[in-house]
Amino acid sequence: MPDDNEMLVRASDLRKSYGDHEAVRGVDFEIRRGEAFGFLGANGAGKSTTMRMIGCVSQPTAGTLEVFGRDPLTEGAAIRARLGVVPQDNTLDGMLTVFENLVVYARYFGIKKRDARVKAAELLDFVQLTARAKDQVNELSGGMQRRLAIARSLINDPDLVILDEPTTGLDPQARHLVWERLFQLKHRGVSILLTTHYMDEAEQLCDRLVVMDEGRIIAAGSPRELIDTHVTKEVVELRFGAAHTAELAELALTLTGVGAQIEPLPDKILVYTDDADDTGAALEAREITPTSTLARRATLEDVFLRLTGRALVEDEA
Amino acid sequence: MSVIAYGAARATLRSSGALLNRNWVAMRRAWILVVSGAVESLLFLFAFGFGVGALVGDITLPDGTTVSYTAFVAPAILANAAMMGVLNETSINVFAKFKWMKVYDGILNTPLRPWDVALGEVWWALIRGGTYIGAFVVVMGLFGLLDSWWSLLAVPACVFISLAFAGIGLTLATLFRDWPDFDWMMAVVFAMFLFGGTFTPVEAYPAFAQPIVYVMPLYHGIELVRGLSLGQPGPMMLVNIAYLLALSVGGMWIAQRRLGKALYK
Repeated sequence: MPDDNEMLVRASDLRKSYGDHEAVRGVDFEIRRGEAFGFLGANGAGKSTTMRMIGCVSQPTAGTLEVFGRDPLTEGAAIRARLGVVPQDNTLDGMLTVFENLVVYARYFGIKKRDARVKAAELLDFVQLTARAKDQVNELSGGMQRRLAIARSLINDPDLVILDEPTTGLDPQARHLVWERLFQLKHRGVSILLTTHYMDEAEQLCDRLVVMDEGRIIAAGSPRELIDTHVTKEVVELRFGAAHTAELAELALTLTGVGAQIEPLPDKILVYTDDADDTGAALEAREITPTSTLARRATLEDVFLRLTGRALVEDEA
Repeated sequence: MSVIAYGAARATLRSSGALLNRNWVAMRRAWILVVSGAVESLLFLFAFGFGVGALVGDITLPDGTTVSYTAFVAPAILANAAMMGVLNETSINVFAKFKWMKVYDGILNTPLRPWDVALGEVWWALIRGGTYIGAFVVVMGLFGLLDSWWSLLAVPACVFISLAFAGIGLTLATLFRDWPDFDWMMAVVFAMFLFGGTFTPVEAYPAFAQPIVYVMPLYHGIELVRGLSLGQPGPMMLVNIAYLLALSVGGMWIAQRRLGKALYK
């Protein structure tokens, strides 16, 4: 029986440089069996590089890394045999059909043909692609290709599934289908490691996560812990007509004291507060009247904003 | 120690076999490409061997023996077929899988290592090249161009040629940047085909050109296959074999290193 506290991955002061560029600047983390662990961060934060090192397809420049208690440098093939990887760009085999993609991939793991075919049929069923078994992969939609990549990653009954940005580039409906499958996996007790720059994804799927920025881990904990530690319970979003960056920054100065922290953004001002009603009353007392006021629960997005001063998904907002 | 070595060899065989399986599954719908490759070399044989051969008749070799021109040219065309079969497969096809279709990027996440990929591609190329060789030898036999039992050894001799060019092709696949590079390769290959001792004995070339011919891998392949198919084995064949094997192992080694460097970023 696997030990629940068994460490699947252990990294300390892990670093990776490409020439002069330091992509990962000394990160420490531990991933336990049975948990869903997330790396949250903007594009270029070093998440994918870290995933590649764990996946034994990229050599660390410095620091130590252990996967399943083994050294990726000398036992890469043995580690990879126990991993399931869903790369950001799927890397499906375009010359093969959907079904062949799974069976052929199984053979790379030394799985016998007969077993591979049974397993492939099972997994196609799991990702709801049985009807597309005979199609070429290029005929599948983006969401279907991602689901096939997920099925492929499970072909060897991996001890850890690594998903790099599993829903990036998918439409909302396709995202939900992927999430739903990942929930199923979690429910079955499969250990999951995922990177994302979607805070809702991290919040819903991850038991524990680290926030990465510019190659460093800047916060770690469960989604709830991170929110409790770094931001207030609630957030009030204030908009003032067409007022923009500079005007909002000026306006923000007049708000001091209505909440625990005031954060002017290009299009709105965020007021972090433990009680949205109190903040509303304070605004009224000062005769400040925003064109719109929205009170909501604080999210990981706010955590990221507070920690880095930047939004997570800037280009897509 | 030997148990470990045996285990490692078995794992390598299994892993490279998995890649072989992948190519087989991918190619079985495109068998027409394999057939067209075999047809091409047969056309060469008919054009040069029987067309030109009918005009030339018999020729006298440097050692004084006389053979029909067709029997002289056929082994060289066979050697050329052995080269082209694997060269196309390992250079152009591997390049496409590597750079364009990113087939190895997915394989990278499995227990397969660059060595397994290189070896698997070589197996595959040998099998594909082997079908051309087999078809060609059968046709040579049907036309009475195989006179001695030695000529049966032309088949394994072709395997050495295939091995050498599989190594060279793999290395080129990892070196090439884009399609125009293949035009250069084809130009060199064609030059080897024309001047590697295919149509005339090397001794007929001017003295300054002969050393260049001796460096050509295809020359060594032609010498080997021709000597065997004409039933004239000699000690120089060991040099031919050694040269071809060195190219094979060296090429595969460079290729798997470059593959690893490009993929394991």
